[in-house]
Amino acid sequence: MTFHPIALLIMLLVPLCSISQEVFPVNGAPDYREHYYFLDGATIHLNPDETIENGSMIIRDGNILAVGQNLDRPEGAIFKDVRGKHIYPSFIDLSTTYGIPEARLAGPRPDKQVFTSGKKGAFAWNESIIPEYEASSEFDHDEKSAGEFRQMGFGTVLSHRKNGIIRGSGVLTTLLGHSPHKSILNARASSHLAFSRAQSHQSTPTSQTGIIALIRQFYLDTEWYQLLGHQEMTNLSLASWRRLRDLPQIFEVTDKLEVLRAARIAQEFNKLYIIRGAGDEYQRADEIAKTRLPLIVPVNFPSPYDVEDPLDADIVTLEQMKHWEWAPKNLAVLAEHDIPFAITSDLLEDKKLFLKHVRKAIGYGLPEDEALRALTIRPAEWLGESARLGQLKEGYLANFLITDKPVFDKNAILLENWIQGQPHVIQDPPSSLALQTFQLSIEGMRYQMSVDTKGEKLTLVAPDSSRIQGTLQEELDRVLFWIPFSAGAKTLIGHRMKNGDIQGWYEDENGNTSTFKAVFEVIDSTHRTSQRDTFRIESELTYPFSAYGRTSLPAQKTYVIQNATVWTNTDSGIRPNTDVLIRDGKIERVGNVTPPQNAEIIDGTGMHLTPGIIDEHSHIAISKGVNEASLSSSAMVRMSDVINSEDINIYRQLAGGVTTSHILHGSANSIGGQSALIKLRWGASPAELMFEDADPFIKFALGENVKQSNWGEANTVRFPQTRMGVEQVYEDHFTRALEYGERKASGLPFRKDLEMEALLEVLNGERFITCHSYVQSEINMLMHLADRYDFQINTFTHILEGYKVADKMKAHGVAASTFSDWWAYKYEVIDAIPYNATLMHDVGVLTALNSDDAEMGRRLNAEAGKTVKYGGLTEEEALKLVTLNPAIMLHIDDRVGRIEKGMDGDVVLWNDHPLSIFASAQKTFIDGRLYFDRAGNEKKETQIAEERRRLIQAMIRAKKGGTPTQKANHTVEPQYHCDTLDF
Amino acid sequence: MWPTSILMGSYSSVFLRFGSSFYLIGLLLTGWSILHGQNAPAPPQEESVTLRGGTIHTGNGEVIKNAHLKFEHGKITYLGTARQEADRIIDVNGYHIYPGLIAPHTDLGLVEISAVRATRDFQEVGEYNPHVRAIIAYNTDSRILPTVRSNGILLAGISPQGQIITGQSSVVQLDAWNWEDALVKDTSGIHLNWPRVYTYDSKSRRLSKDKEYEKNVKNIERFFESASAYGHRIDHGKTNLRFEALSGALKNQVPVFIRADHRKAMLDAVDWSKRLGIPIVLVGAEDSWMIAETLAKENIPVILSSTQRLPRTSDAGITSPFEAPAILEKAGVLWAISHEGSWEQRNLPFQAGQAVGFGLEEEKAIQAMTLNPARILGIDDRYGTLETGKSATLVISDGNILDPKSSIILQAFIDGREIDLNNHQKELYRKFAEKYGIEK
Repeated sequence: MTFHPIALLIMLLVPLCSISQEVFPVNGAPDYREHYYFLDGATIHLNPDETIENGSMIIRDGNILAVGQNLDRPEGAIFKDVRGKHIYPSFIDLSTTYGIPEARLAGPRPDKQVFTSGKKGAFAWNESIIPEYEASSEFDHDEKSAGEFRQMGFGTVLSHRKNGIIRGSGVLTTLLGHSPHKSILNARASSHLAFSRAQSHQSTPTSQTGIIALIRQFYLDTEWYQLLGHQEMTNLSLASWRRLRDLPQIFEVTDKLEVLRAARIAQEFNKLYIIRGAGDEYQRADEIAKTRLPLIVPVNFPSPYDVEDPLDADIVTLEQMKHWEWAPKNLAVLAEHDIPFAITSDLLEDKKLFLKHVRKAIGYGLPEDEALRALTIRPAEWLGESARLGQLKEGYLANFLITDKPVFDKNAILLENWIQGQPHVIQDPPSSLALQTFQLSIEGMRYQMSVDTKGEKLTLVAPDSSRIQGTLQEELDRVLFWIPFSAGAKTLIGHRMKNGDIQGWYEDENGNTSTFKAVFEVIDSTHRTSQRDTFRIESELTYPFSAYGRTSLPAQKTYVIQNATVWTNTDSGIRPNTDVLIRDGKIERVGNVTPPQNAEIIDGTGMHLTPGIIDEHSHIAISKGVNEASLSSSAMVRMSDVINSEDINIYRQLAGGVTTSHILHGSANSIGGQSALIKLRWGASPAELMFEDADPFIKFALGENVKQSNWGEANTVRFPQTRMGVEQVYEDHFTRALEYGERKASGLPFRKDLEMEALLEVLNGERFITCHSYVQSEINMLMHLADRYDFQINTFTHILEGYKVADKMKAHGVAASTFSDWWAYKYEVIDAIPYNATLMHDVGVLTALNSDDAEMGRRLNAEAGKTVKYGGLTEEEALKLVTLNPAIMLHIDDRVGRIEKGMDGDVVLWNDHPLSIFASAQKTFIDGRLYFDRAGNEKKETQIAEERRRLIQAMIRAKKGGTPTQKANHTVEPQYHCDTLDF
Repeated sequence: MWPTSILMGSYSSVFLRFGSSFYLIGLLLTGWSILHGQNAPAPPQEESVTLRGGTIHTGNGEVIKNAHLKFEHGKITYLGTARQEADRIIDVNGYHIYPGLIAPHTDLGLVEISAVRATRDFQEVGEYNPHVRAIIAYNTDSRILPTVRSNGILLAGISPQGQIITGQSSVVQLDAWNWEDALVKDTSGIHLNWPRVYTYDSKSRRLSKDKEYEKNVKNIERFFESASAYGHRIDHGKTNLRFEALSGALKNQVPVFIRADHRKAMLDAVDWSKRLGIPIVLVGAEDSWMIAETLAKENIPVILSSTQRLPRTSDAGITSPFEAPAILEKAGVLWAISHEGSWEQRNLPFQAGQAVGFGLEEEKAIQAMTLNPARILGIDDRYGTLETGKSATLVISDGNILDPKSSIILQAFIDGREIDLNNHQKELYRKFAEKYGIEK
């Protein structure tokens, strides 16, 4: 006997389609239920824009069969009276780990650094890149957690494993609470990314900049793999990207700046990320709006700090206190900026507060329809599930909420949460008698009877206006009234009738049964109107949001600084009694200036005007790791990816006269990362801080740090461990870069390698090296190496033994940026001398002094003064060490470093000799904008103190009002140095 | 310029700089011979010396211009404006004379290269180590010492570090053959790290209230109580070295130096001191300016940490560490300036100088490195000021010692001994300047 193959297929398919349940064996007679319901009489909110009053809904088999007014009650459906109730689509949460086990660290922590992946098989080299992971493969329902989500109002969640950078796929499931086979709506619904390491013993990455490099290289590798790479090798991680790339890409971040960082990657690789934010987006809403990326936003409003003890308040910052005040406003701010967002319960510690917090956000100005949209149709749309989720329409999943009042009302109760047509009671309704009034007739008397809000107490008012207070309780359909009449207390046993009246009986004092009747009068409507709180914020939104932030960038004005001693750094030297005109951000005239109209005149009498200080070696304004400290080369990482515009050290250094800082990678490896050059435009965004069109640099490092001499026993396996090896790291990398360049130039397809690209730029003279260095042998080595590869080292930094090879340095044409007087902190600085800068300068090496330290960075002027003491540099030359010379080193001396016509308006007005420790910057200008003003700073300090006092009082009030508080605490921002290894 | 000239041994330029100064040659010849002596400690003063014509900063706030200062056998025998003859006359016209500066709290000499474990001798194992003595590890041959000395720091409070009670400090002078010779005062204090009020969790990077704080404070109190009870017993059974070492403190002969920075910790330490009746000195005391009035009222001396540090939080006034000294001074607190680390001590005068732009009078800045630390360390009977009868421990500077650009130290004396201001770094400078043919 033969079957036609198609016929066979049909035979196989038919039973599967119609009675799919039978794929499971059933023990005993199956208890099939269709969950066929007719809900009638509710206000049904189909979606944020459509509401039907007195509507009905027919549910069957998990779906909505019909919804509308005047629907006929179908035969065989269970009737449910929902008069007076409200029905909403259940919410959708896009950021959960529901039903997914946590990733665990495998095995004990190894005692040495680990460079390769511990994962077996042909997967990505880095354990944090896990595109092959599918959340659905481990998903199982979890009733406890499902219950928690349903209580918040969620019906559907997108669940993924929070582990790694490229995290693999997420699973979309309802909160049915059983049967994953039914609850899973899409087993591969989304692709997830984050700036966070996987649970792994592997050393890479150690920094956020390293993470970003990994993501960028991953995207390049997937392209290459698809094109050619798969012919050369098998890489299951790269291969599995095909399954993810067209899915919604959800990117988890931990603060507002990371939103911008993710957006930068999105732009480079033409991705559309949906960004799971952290709840502080209002602090940089303008920039975030410009990214046009949608957000998933938590409602993790912080509880107030316990600052009743003013001594403890010392450690809580104004930023934290203001965030307490502002966090509930976040969603409203996003809505004002037209940023599309969904709301998640993620990051909220006490999930019971979810609805309360959403309502609070509404109280702070979030439009209600936006709130509902953010919880329903928007997440549905983003997942491509608009045809079955997020609204109440025919054919949609029967996922809906029943509430007693509009869901965002202050006291609205979430009664039921229906998931795929199955009801889950969330909370029992309050007594049906609450707030109702009746005419009670008993023993020939008539009383006005009214019930309180909870349905527990009643008040009788007799015709003579005398009052009796009683109680009531309900059990099933019975109502028991206990009333202490003057003649004696009675217990009435009543039943509610269809028309709302209550009839019943009681025993009188003689044991005889009598009847009573309470005629339903009216529902107290005053309590039915919507109840909303509205809130107001007193503190200002500043940029950054911390203390000393500003409400807007300072204006670019026309300034005339009159009669100052001007350190020009030009042939005209130090000019006494001189005026300087700054207009449109540029220095326009130095000499005698007739002030133009509208110019702001600053009296510089007795003061000194110098070019802004340039710190050639700085690690301020960096987020989450200065070192990608794992591999010996991290040429692919970029400090520009992790600029932290909110770092208070920007402001502190402005106060020290610094206007430009070279932000360097640390010195944990021979080839560090790509540098960023910023102007200290306090208040601006990371992108706006960047020094425009500056030449690109890269950090190299030599000596003890790169050979890990002082980092303990765990760090003894990486190549190199000696200075001999350091040379070979360079030899190796530049050899490979040359070969890479040849391949690239050949026109043949090639794998774009971000590390090699950076090194190739060095070889091509398009990227310049700042090299951390100490002893003469290694300094000499690197110059020889550069000669062999035909390029020039731009700058040796630290260069504490530079004085020993200053002649060779001069011959090579390398500049030196050193410390004034540091030494003795490690073996390689044993011959460091404070005369180093002077000696190198005198030999003819272009020399600068730098900080490498957030504290020293704010007094580089006096550090330069030390060269007058140590070695007798002239004062004019001494000042150049921190102004013109670093400008030349950084190839920006056409813009900054001198006071002359055409230069940027980056100048500092000092109240004393600028090399003196007694001097302090009174005004610091960048681009002709007054970024720091000593007098203004004093005002700010007063404001901060006042603001703190007000917020502390507000928090104490909140505590006294019963709001749970958190212990005084604050997050300590790391101060980075070259050798800081912390993330 | 002048200091280079000394270094280069270029007599002619020095002569030009000093014009008609006859005495200068003698000075330089002395200096020159010392330069080749590998920093040998100077012998006791035999010749009488008069410094003629300088501006004397006495260390107690006074300034005497065109002064004459004579010292013999290590002691100052005259200070005033009358002409004094002596075996040796040094013309210091145009220069500034200060008492030898005192670094009151440092691990100078206890560590050579902080990254090299073998050279770290400042921290012992264990929580309560009152018996441990810093002086024992003090290395008079440290290569760091000459670099510190040559910036005018001539005395130091050598202090141990550690967990709770870290040990005993001593005061040394920085030109000696061995620690025994270096001693100025043997046990100058018992050092205690006040328990943390707030704990830092490195994983969350969060600082929050330490749950154990109260308990930890009580534990320290119990230790002192036990030591006190031990001290009152005649029959000791077994000797407890740790308790024995506290006896000076318990008899109010030796102050307890308490390291604390948050104002809560400091206020609690002050209460503790009153409760136990033990004199204390607050060390570090970053937030002391916030409670300056209280500290003045309770007569609590403060050894203030570096002014060149960052404010503790982002809210704090950006120059609050610079302003702290003026606030303490105004309130009447007895305070001294200190600086972290070992080699960094050479920048001690600039810690004081940093406060001058922010309200502190210059002479008060000097006093915070001279008289005040001498009082706090209990050596003010001999050191800390320039006055008749006191040790001739002094520094001659070309310009203002508080400002790096003018803090050019020309000569220094400890107990009348002219000490060698040469150091390893100057030698390297000379060596390479010569190689490159650089002359100034």
